Amino acid sequence: MKFGIVRFPGSNCDDDALDACARVLAPEGTKGEILWHKDHDLRGVDVVILPGGFSYGDYLRAGAMAAWSPIMREVKAFADRGGWVFAICNGFQIACEAGLLEGALAKNASLHFECRDVHLRVEGRPTPFTQAIPAGRVLKMSIAHSEGRYIHPDVDRLEKEGLVVFRYVTPDGRLTPEANPNGSMANIAGVTNARGNVVGLMPHPERAVETLLGEGGEDGRRLFESAVAAAAGTPARIGAR
Amino acid sequence: MRFKVYVTLKKGVLDPQGQAVQKTLARTGFEEALSVRMGKYIELEVADGTPAARVEEMCKKLLANTVIEDYRIDPT
Repeated sequence: MKFGIVRFPGSNCDDDALDACARVLAPEGTKGEILWHKDHDLRGVDVVILPGGFSYGDYLRAGAMAAWSPIMREVKAFADRGGWVFAICNGFQIACEAGLLEGALAKNASLHFECRDVHLRVEGRPTPFTQAIPAGRVLKMSIAHSEGRYIHPDVDRLEKEGLVVFRYVTPDGRLTPEANPNGSMANIAGVTNARGNVVGLMPHPERAVETLLGEGGEDGRRLFESAVAAAAGTPARIGAR
Repeated sequence: MRFKVYVTLKKGVLDPQGQAVQKTLARTGFEEALSVRMGKYIELEVADGTPAARVEEMCKKLLANTVIEDYRIDPT
């Protein structure tokens, strides 16, 4: 399974995502490569990752200009065909700006750059990156962002359609204001589109793929493994803990 | 042709930056400052003869995020 990680000017989590796909998950048969934002070629990848960072310096609005990078024409067409897109942090901002996902990410309510571990509850309609994780499972991952407050004009509809796939919760899975690091509506940490092929989230799963990295843990790895299982058509249930 | 474009947060969207500025004004002796909302001011110069619709498109597509922002175009 081939992952293509788009590198925009200012992306800085592209190498971590590449490392996760090309090295850490290699035993599962994955490959990874970087796709340059100016190329009109997705090189036949199975999954497009829009990585974290500060594309275009976050000028104007985070992700606003990357949304119009040349390769986004191919990424949008790929998503329209049902291709799997994994939009992480700045990637999530780019996906919202590009209309691949609904909603917008605004400045954190705290005005702080929030750089810490959070807990996410997995829910919503099935997506390649979550379908193998039992609903309600709590995962631990890190965030590092200044504009992660998720806003949607009709959150009720989003909820009804099961498009919320990750929510900030306490370590034991409870929804509280304290668990919400940035003031996102309804503690929303990540969403999917109606078709379930594009998933965006503010936390960094690619930074939680190896226990070697201290308390980072491996919960982020579950999301990649879920996509591998989805592609293989294997009915897996992973993340047993 | 020149335009001034004002991009502002929609009513009801939290503006923590504006709140921080208001608090600082109040703390600095300007207690009469009650509310601050921060926006963006863009000076746009376009080729002569550009239709107004094109400038609108520029705003809708890039200059403003219409999920959370409004825009106003003032010709100069």
